[in-house]
Amino acid sequence: MIASGSPAATRRVDCIVIGGGHNGLVCAAYLARAGRSVLVLEAAGCVGGAAITREFAPGYRVSAGAHLLHLMPRALIDELGLANRGLEYAGRNLPTTALAAGLAPLEVGAAGQPALQALQALSPRDAAAYPAFSARLKRFAAALYPLLDSIPPRLGSDAWADRIALLKLGWRIRALGRRDMRELLRIIGMNAYDLIADEFETPRLRGALGFDAVLGTNFGPRAPGTVLTLLNRLAAESAAGSAPLAQPKGGLGALSEALAKAAVAAGAMVRTGAPVARIRVEADRAAGVVLESGEAIDAGAVISSADAKSTFLKLLGTRHLDTGFVRKVDHLRCRGLAAKLHLALERLPAFPGVSAAALGGRLLIAPSLDYIERAWDHSKYGECSDAPTVEITVPTVNDPSLAPPGRHVLSAIVQYVPYAPRAGWAAERARYTGVVLAALEAHAPGLGASVTAAEFLTPADLEREFGMSGGHWHHGDLAFDQFYMVRPVPGAAQYRTPLAALYLCGASCHPGGGVMGLAGRNAARAVLREAA
Amino acid sequence: MPPIASPLPHFRKPLLETPFHARARELVQTDQFVPWAGYTTVDVFTTVEQEYFAIRNATTLYDLTPMVKYRIAGPDAVDYLNRLVTRDIRKLRPGRVSYVVWCNDRGQVIDDGTVFRLGAAEFRLCTAERQLDWLLDSALGFDVEIGEVTTEIAALAVQGPTSCFVLKRFGLAGIERLKVFEIGEYTVAGRPIMVSRTGFTGDLGYELWMRPADAESVWDGLMAAGRTRGIRAIGSQALNMARIEAGFLLPNVDFVNAEHTVRVGRARSPLELGLGWLVEFDKPHFNGRRALLEERRRGLKRLLVGLDVAGNKPAHNALLYAEQAGRREVGSVTSALWSPTCKRNIALALVEAPHYAPGTTLWADIYLNRELVWERRMARSTVVDRPFFAPDRRRATPPADR
Repeated sequence: MIASGSPAATRRVDCIVIGGGHNGLVCAAYLARAGRSVLVLEAAGCVGGAAITREFAPGYRVSAGAHLLHLMPRALIDELGLANRGLEYAGRNLPTTALAAGLAPLEVGAAGQPALQALQALSPRDAAAYPAFSARLKRFAAALYPLLDSIPPRLGSDAWADRIALLKLGWRIRALGRRDMRELLRIIGMNAYDLIADEFETPRLRGALGFDAVLGTNFGPRAPGTVLTLLNRLAAESAAGSAPLAQPKGGLGALSEALAKAAVAAGAMVRTGAPVARIRVEADRAAGVVLESGEAIDAGAVISSADAKSTFLKLLGTRHLDTGFVRKVDHLRCRGLAAKLHLALERLPAFPGVSAAALGGRLLIAPSLDYIERAWDHSKYGECSDAPTVEITVPTVNDPSLAPPGRHVLSAIVQYVPYAPRAGWAAERARYTGVVLAALEAHAPGLGASVTAAEFLTPADLEREFGMSGGHWHHGDLAFDQFYMVRPVPGAAQYRTPLAALYLCGASCHPGGGVMGLAGRNAARAVLREAA
Repeated sequence: MPPIASPLPHFRKPLLETPFHARARELVQTDQFVPWAGYTTVDVFTTVEQEYFAIRNATTLYDLTPMVKYRIAGPDAVDYLNRLVTRDIRKLRPGRVSYVVWCNDRGQVIDDGTVFRLGAAEFRLCTAERQLDWLLDSALGFDVEIGEVTTEIAALAVQGPTSCFVLKRFGLAGIERLKVFEIGEYTVAGRPIMVSRTGFTGDLGYELWMRPADAESVWDGLMAAGRTRGIRAIGSQALNMARIEAGFLLPNVDFVNAEHTVRVGRARSPLELGLGWLVEFDKPHFNGRRALLEERRRGLKRLLVGLDVAGNKPAHNALLYAEQAGRREVGSVTSALWSPTCKRNIALALVEAPHYAPGTTLWADIYLNRELVWERRMARSTVVDRPFFAPDRRRATPPADR
């Protein structure tokens, strides 16, 4: 695996980064660029965490977690020189197409711009409202982006840095102008359903817009706070260097490889197959780690990209922490509701009415907001909906290298799939895979007959494979009480933790998950700020 | 718990009766019952003065069954308690008791109480208030079992200078060898009784722990054994006088459970309460340690101290001033008493820095209601060490045989 120096012999470094997911690698790269000796310890056999490309059937490879790149800021990609380290795009500016049974697919265009002619034919009102709505949200997103790219202030702090950060936040919102400020404050606590239903009437357009507000969350579009999750996504996309919705060549794993190369080029060491058993504490400071092999490595600082529950409750242990803090960590809501379906296909699937270009983008089965909400309702009661919400990509359209010649791969995110269905996964797995296949078949007749292999990863599988508590790809719900300056919990929301020299840098932290990398970069800043 | 002899449904009679209730009911002359931790208990049996003087001159029985009791056991019990409380529980040997406080994350006191080490991996924690939620949340990551056993144990404090003699005559052979904070197991007429040499009076005294079914016979046996030694049942008011003389703190009087305070600045750290001697920074991590280290580094903002107040009017709830003119307010009294034994007007008071140094003169603003007419006294007060009363007999082993 990628390495520099001889990491196996290293006994002491300035910084140990636990976990070689994208946030861990970004953090390591920035720390190494600042001159620290850095060792990344990854439990799996390759870097990337959930951002990996792996074989799921002989000859067929797929991005095991997220399958599109749309959140990582351009500045980060440029600073780390990822383009020179193997990051290439098989497709950029990919379109989104809303599917609906019995209706022609509606292409809502690239980068969120609907093909207005198609919409015009369906609803002149929606076609007229869309540009202004989209522009407004983009203004909000651009105003909020600097929040994502900075260490959140501490609440109740007397420090000037915290006060200035809060003042800046207020100023940024005020600088939107009176109308926009009022509108932002009006909608920020709202649910996506009401926001979208107020503006649009076409169910498929509503569904497609609402889908982005709830993808990867534990909420239906009617849940309060879903405008916040939408704005969080749009804010990250506003600075994304990938022209929103891009597909790295070789899958998301290629991005992780490039990040690892960037970290190594900056001087970091990366060790894979090195699961950390525990964080070692000396004189009330994090002093290093002990690997599952028993090997101990000392460090001036330990930075964990594992989720907050894993870091504090498993790797560190509650006896080094106060009860109130442990209670907050234990109460973190982090049950994932997104599953992954991977299909090996004998031929290119045919979605009637979907153009060849659109098939290279993403296809949404989210025909209306009510459809999404109903799918969520089932999950609340431990059931899997018979009408699932699905985001489909066929990555081999843009990147044939992922499958044998002429063959194809379908990668789908299925929502809302409960972590622990009442029926139990032993009984439910095969049945529900069939349900999802049938839902796909309804939009792509003949798909089922071309499937040669299928892999269904439930949230419980994602937890097992990637070590994410609850299988939640944000490492904890993005909700007001787990957001910004209280994410993941008060006392650990500035990447520092109650234990000196222990930091968090994963998706548990602000600004959350998705392949964004900002948690890793902000954490590196926090480490450097403290040690300086 | 004994069955409640009442035809009323429980929600019409929400207070429990202790296993000693029938005996207390026979002796109480003034019908002054007060609720305590879900039980009805006696505030005054006859007169406060009579009961107070029995504590200092004879033997008294005080029903402390309502004291909340938790059983904590399991392989990690020592580590668990060591993380919970500020003292080093590893030093507590089986068969011994320790006075402890425990704090929240900010190093502010939740409660104080006593830990009984009943075995290598079994403890009993006695607390003023129920806090199973805090205890259970503290157990995350520890292999330990926690259960409330309040109703399973009847408890009786036997306190006063003749208490050892009374217990011996009652049948606790060898009780005179029991040292302060030591636990002994005894059997009287086939009834097992656990005795700890602990108490809340600052005097010679013991606490008896027994099965509820044995409660009445133990009470009767003690009353018979103590008849010639002036034994008397006492209520909470007399005990409160004794505990102020002994300098002991009472939750919700001298401090408020930090997890119950809603106003900023109302919670108190053990350092502020003058309990710094209970905080052992040299042991492994415990709740509030980092906050307390920071507080120690910055210096205390206030301190709970003893006050010697001029005159004989107790300084109940008095505000304290730095000068007689009463311009600069520097604290307030939490507990006050004309001490009959010390013949001093004493008080516990929370005083702002830097006015808490021993010997500092403060002025207590005392309000007196004299036949419905309010009068005000500015009483000169001096910061003094606690306790106010600490007789040698409380520690003497064996105690005087009388």
